[in-house]
Amino acid sequence: MASKTPISRSIAVESTPSAIVGVCRHILAELEANNFSQDDIFAVHLALEEALINAVEHGNKMDSDKKLKIDYSVDPDKIEIYVTDDGSGFKPNAVPDPRYGENLYKTGGRGLFLIRSYMDVVEFNERGNRMHIVRYKEKPHASG
Amino acid sequence: MAPIKPRISVEYAENSTIVTFTDERILEEKDIQALQESIMSVVEQSERINMILDFRNVRFLSSAVLGLLIRISKKIYERDGKLRLCNIDPKIYEIFKITRLTKIFDIYQDIESATEGSSTAD
Repeated sequence: MASKTPISRSIAVESTPSAIVGVCRHILAELEANNFSQDDIFAVHLALEEALINAVEHGNKMDSDKKLKIDYSVDPDKIEIYVTDDGSGFKPNAVPDPRYGENLYKTGGRGLFLIRSYMDVVEFNERGNRMHIVRYKEKPHASG
Repeated sequence: MAPIKPRISVEYAENSTIVTFTDERILEEKDIQALQESIMSVVEQSERINMILDFRNVRFLSSAVLGLLIRISKKIYERDGKLRLCNIDPKIYEIFKITRLTKIFDIYQDIESATEGSSTAD
């Protein structure tokens, strides 16, 4: 069985939608190299896209002079990512649940819900401009 | 100005207009904007359109695409039309399920069942 050395990297990119593409490609390649399943890769891809686009649109307000910082580590058991924007932050608990009432018919507001649905850990710093997400290759609560 | 790459194919069946997404991944804002312009122009071609959106080629999408689908459905319903979705990859169907969008979209397994739905729903 191939054993991969854990890696840790930090990337800073300009805050634009096109910069997101390269970041995702880079991180997903690391997951492939560490034998993550296609379900894991799909989940991380979805969560990462949503986290990065939220940071560009809502955090940095589409200001391409601002930066996005992505710190991530991949080891054989999990991937851990921090996404930090230059914005003033937000209150994640104030984001309404998109599944109920009139929110179900809204054209936006599902990104954070999807991140929470597909990742095992989702945390924010106090300011609300840094998201920490983790997905384990095997769910820690899967046995029983 | 760069031309907009075709991102849908349109087929006119007996009772339905079948719009097939041609891209495997639908992510970037400019792609979603191009899709919106293309599909809205098809919707505007007829009153009471019976549109089937075929996802057979799509393997990945972002939540912005869900927003696009809601905008399309609102436009169609305003014009007394009908919208059906079909051939959705299981991983993408899971996104519809957990966001509860299965409650507001008519989703069919394949084009045949979606077409039958069109002919029996009137």
